[in-house]
Amino acid sequence: MNWPRVIPVLLLRGRGLYKTVKFKEPTYVGDPMNTIRLFNEKEANELVLLDIGASAEGRGPNFDFIQDLASECFMPFAYGGGITKVDQIKRLFFLGAEKAVINAAAIDRPDLIDDGARLFGAQSIVVSIDARKKLLGGYEVCTHGGAKGRGRKPAEFAREMESRGAGEILVTAIDRDGTMVGYDLDLIHEVSAAVSVPVIACGGAGRPEHFPQAIDAGASAVSAGSYFVFQGKHRAVLISYPSEPELDAIFGAKA
Amino acid sequence: MIAIVDIGVGNLGAIRNMLRKVGAEAFITADPTDIRAAAKVILPGVGAFDAGMQALADSGLTAVLNEQALEVKKPVLGICLGAQMLGNRSEEGSLPGLGWIDMDVVRFPRDAGLRVPHMGWNTVVPAVKDGKVSPLFAGNEAEPRFYFVHSYHFKCADPADVAATCDYGGAFAAAVARGNIWGVQFHPEKSHRFGAALLRNFAENA
Repeated sequence: MNWPRVIPVLLLRGRGLYKTVKFKEPTYVGDPMNTIRLFNEKEANELVLLDIGASAEGRGPNFDFIQDLASECFMPFAYGGGITKVDQIKRLFFLGAEKAVINAAAIDRPDLIDDGARLFGAQSIVVSIDARKKLLGGYEVCTHGGAKGRGRKPAEFAREMESRGAGEILVTAIDRDGTMVGYDLDLIHEVSAAVSVPVIACGGAGRPEHFPQAIDAGASAVSAGSYFVFQGKHRAVLISYPSEPELDAIFGAKA
Repeated sequence: MIAIVDIGVGNLGAIRNMLRKVGAEAFITADPTDIRAAAKVILPGVGAFDAGMQALADSGLTAVLNEQALEVKKPVLGICLGAQMLGNRSEEGSLPGLGWIDMDVVRFPRDAGLRVPHMGWNTVVPAVKDGKVSPLFAGNEAEPRFYFVHSYHFKCADPADVAATCDYGGAFAAAVARGNIWGVQFHPEKSHRFGAALLRNFAENA
């Protein structure tokens, strides 16, 4: 049993849990504390919690809230949103997070990646790359909830982040977010081929068969939002997570 | 009462949260008086080996920990880097370890096509000695699953010190035990019911 990690990505705004489509139209999904308790019961591998308002609103992490979430989270979790300083990363780990997810600051002050990896170990620093497909082909790295194009290519940027010490790359296809039509396999392949650290695929998962496709494209782990929080074509809120036998079936027979 | 030793490296809150969940009293401390007063000690840690050993030295707690582990023989559990620090040395650094367990800490091979760090859930097989598993694993499932994040692993001089193994490009020691001293490479505080059972065992049976 060493299947690829299957990771729910939960989007926070204020104290609520939301889900977006292509980084827009945030829909209220429920209470994050309750949702984390449900993922405990379902024994999710790991969670990623992203505060989608922080960078856009120019503020740092809400540590009081993170402390509440951490006290209920008995699986590894990564937190992202508004992290710009080493002290914030340190505080996150003290509260019980395993990993810090860094997005805008990875571009704006890349030394944070070097410093974070040196102080806390590469395994605790995740660089999140939000990529948008360009009209004339290729991809561009975006930050601030996809609002700012940064003129960087995801694969080249991922390689730089790895060399600075990032232990993991979370790559999200903005155009696939919330669509549930499947991962952007070209993007995942491009980024995975550029680095040797684990890549987590994100954006587009809607059916179980999408997970092994991302792994075949080179990802080490798969993540999703809608897949774990919505059910059926009317997107009714229902928290779900595959059981052990279901994971066996998804990723193939036990070796 | 369990003292969770705070040397400034590691997610101490997570360990306290899980101990609280299993009904064990625990507190985070860097005070020698507290460590002496506690019934048991947890030595956590994440990050690089030398950073951990240096933080331990800077904390001024090395002497009290040696006294409590080796003379008082209080139950001690090292977690992740805290467990690696129980050994003699690590390929990751140049500072000596605590030397409580006769082991070195070595890197996963670079040429085996393995993605390193070993990150994620893996099955752990407790070692059976005299027909029994280590008290840490008693009552847990036959092959419990735990969450790992590491690039280096224990290599015991005496195979009798290996309390459990795991497979990642080959078998490695995932847990070690010698007398009152235990070490686990994985993170029980983040391993759902499997980790809860292990920490409950440490709190109640170690």
